[in-house]
Amino acid sequence: MSTYILRRLLASLPVIFMVGVITFSILHIAPGDPAVLMAGEEATPEDVEKMRQALGFDRPFYVQFGVWVGNLLRGDLGTSIFSKHSIASLMAPRLQPTLSLGLIAIVLSVLIGVPMGVVAAAYVGSFTDRAAMIFAVLGFSVPVFWLGFIFIWLFAVEIRLFPAVGFVPISEGILPFLRSLTLPALANAIPFSALVARMTRSTMIEVLQEDYVRTARAKGLSGFVVIMRHALRNASIPIVTVVGLVFAALVSGAVVTETVFAIPGLGRLLVDGVVRRDYPIVQAMLMVTAVAYVFVNLIIDVFYAYLDPRIRY
Amino acid sequence: MTTTANRTMAQSGGLRARLRAPIRALRRNPNMMLGGAILVIVVIIAIFSPLMTRTDPAALSPFERLEAPSATHWFGTDHLGRDVFDRTLVGSRISLLVGFTVGIVTSVFGLLIGLITGYYRRADNIIMRFMDGLMAFPSLLLALALIAVLGASVFNVILVICVVDTPRMVRVVRGAVLSLREQQFVEAANAIGTPTWRIMLRHIAPNTFAPVMVQATFIFALAIIVEANLSFLGAGVPPQTPSWGNIMGEGRTYLQIAVWVTFFPGLFLSFSVLSINLVGDGLRDTLDPRFSRRA
Repeated sequence: MSTYILRRLLASLPVIFMVGVITFSILHIAPGDPAVLMAGEEATPEDVEKMRQALGFDRPFYVQFGVWVGNLLRGDLGTSIFSKHSIASLMAPRLQPTLSLGLIAIVLSVLIGVPMGVVAAAYVGSFTDRAAMIFAVLGFSVPVFWLGFIFIWLFAVEIRLFPAVGFVPISEGILPFLRSLTLPALANAIPFSALVARMTRSTMIEVLQEDYVRTARAKGLSGFVVIMRHALRNASIPIVTVVGLVFAALVSGAVVTETVFAIPGLGRLLVDGVVRRDYPIVQAMLMVTAVAYVFVNLIIDVFYAYLDPRIRY
Repeated sequence: MTTTANRTMAQSGGLRARLRAPIRALRRNPNMMLGGAILVIVVIIAIFSPLMTRTDPAALSPFERLEAPSATHWFGTDHLGRDVFDRTLVGSRISLLVGFTVGIVTSVFGLLIGLITGYYRRADNIIMRFMDGLMAFPSLLLALALIAVLGASVFNVILVICVVDTPRMVRVVRGAVLSLREQQFVEAANAIGTPTWRIMLRHIAPNTFAPVMVQATFIFALAIIVEANLSFLGAGVPPQTPSWGNIMGEGRTYLQIAVWVTFFPGLFLSFSVLSINLVGDGLRDTLDPRFSRRA
């Protein structure tokens, strides 16, 4: 197992290297001089020159890249042009809102998607199945921010059940914390629950045709036990894959839901960075999320090997 | 069995022969029919919207601000007194333009890069690492970052979404090419001395048609959502051109008093994306042998 983990870890190094090259190059594909771009529109030529030297743009490309990678390896994500704070210190307080939003959204999408897929598979072709699958196509046809708006309008303006916007940290009580995250997490979870439901349904249909399911039925087990103990357990691997894919989508979702619900998370940091052309923040966010994505996939691969003893690489 | 039949038809060439399967699929699949019908309506709206609007979608009427839906303004008015119904109709043009262009461009580039990576081992190693790198970024984040550098315009929105989605097409084409090159008809072509480029273009490329078309449909749908997200965040289509995304972005401030400004464009967008996804599902069920087995 440990050699397998090590091998997978080594295999992800080239991808991380590519991620770094792409992230670093983005600033340099822009038409024009990055120093002019970053100094802003009202900058004098002296300001631009100062910016160029401060950021090392006067040095060759590969030297700049080397310095940047070296800083990253030492945990230095750079400094915000706009606020002059180190990016790591800007990110730290924003981790809690984004991570808790993502985690609750994943839990919700599994809680909605898996039962829906299981029921649809158990009654293939029935009205329930059709209804569930219509929900599943609809679910990822709807933009997350629009869902957020509709939820705010329904559950915060018309029926005052939840706060419309804002985030309450967990330190101020678990209930207000959950209440502030319910609507954004639900908006985020709907498209993924649709994805999970589809995946669960199609793998469950396949598994339910296996011999061991027929054997279990033949020996007189109830339909419920057969589905839960025999089928769902064997259908769990593709479901875990989807949950892994969901990670990337959740980060994208966080960018918009945090804007809609005014949650001070990492997504907001990125959007503000884009609007203010604060490129170091944009670069740092890209790098951090892509590396996180690579590691989440690594963990999922390892989890497979644990879930399914047949997998031996 | 039908898939082998489709293959031989596809090989014998001819666009009509290749379109026979999708047309038959349309007849058999009610969901796909529904999706196709909605899509046709949306396309008609997009093409003829300049003739259908009763007001100038850009004209400001300061005395009719944030009016609720009524007989004169079916979808109400926005904070500048512009008619939301007219703006929603016109907004369909940008969404379809972006989605359609991205679908075509990613298909062309995906096919080209996919053929090369599927055929040449050495190119495969380098190009696919690059594609893996691109795919490691959450798509909206990469799109936002590129827009931040390039600036917001319709052209850049299309460009950026193409960059983000091309690796997804490459992956599909490459997968198809890897399995096709092991097939007997390729071996036969090789044996009689057909040049490699000819095998790639005449024998392999036509057979990737089905998966490319399915993937292109999903990318079409996805591109519309990404465009809306970018425009909503103010990093997409500039405000002077109404798009579903930026209408909703502008309406966001007035959500609590004028929900119609965001509600109707979003509804149109969702139905359009839904229709494309339904068509894509239908295509996949009939064209992709891996899924046609499933109930």
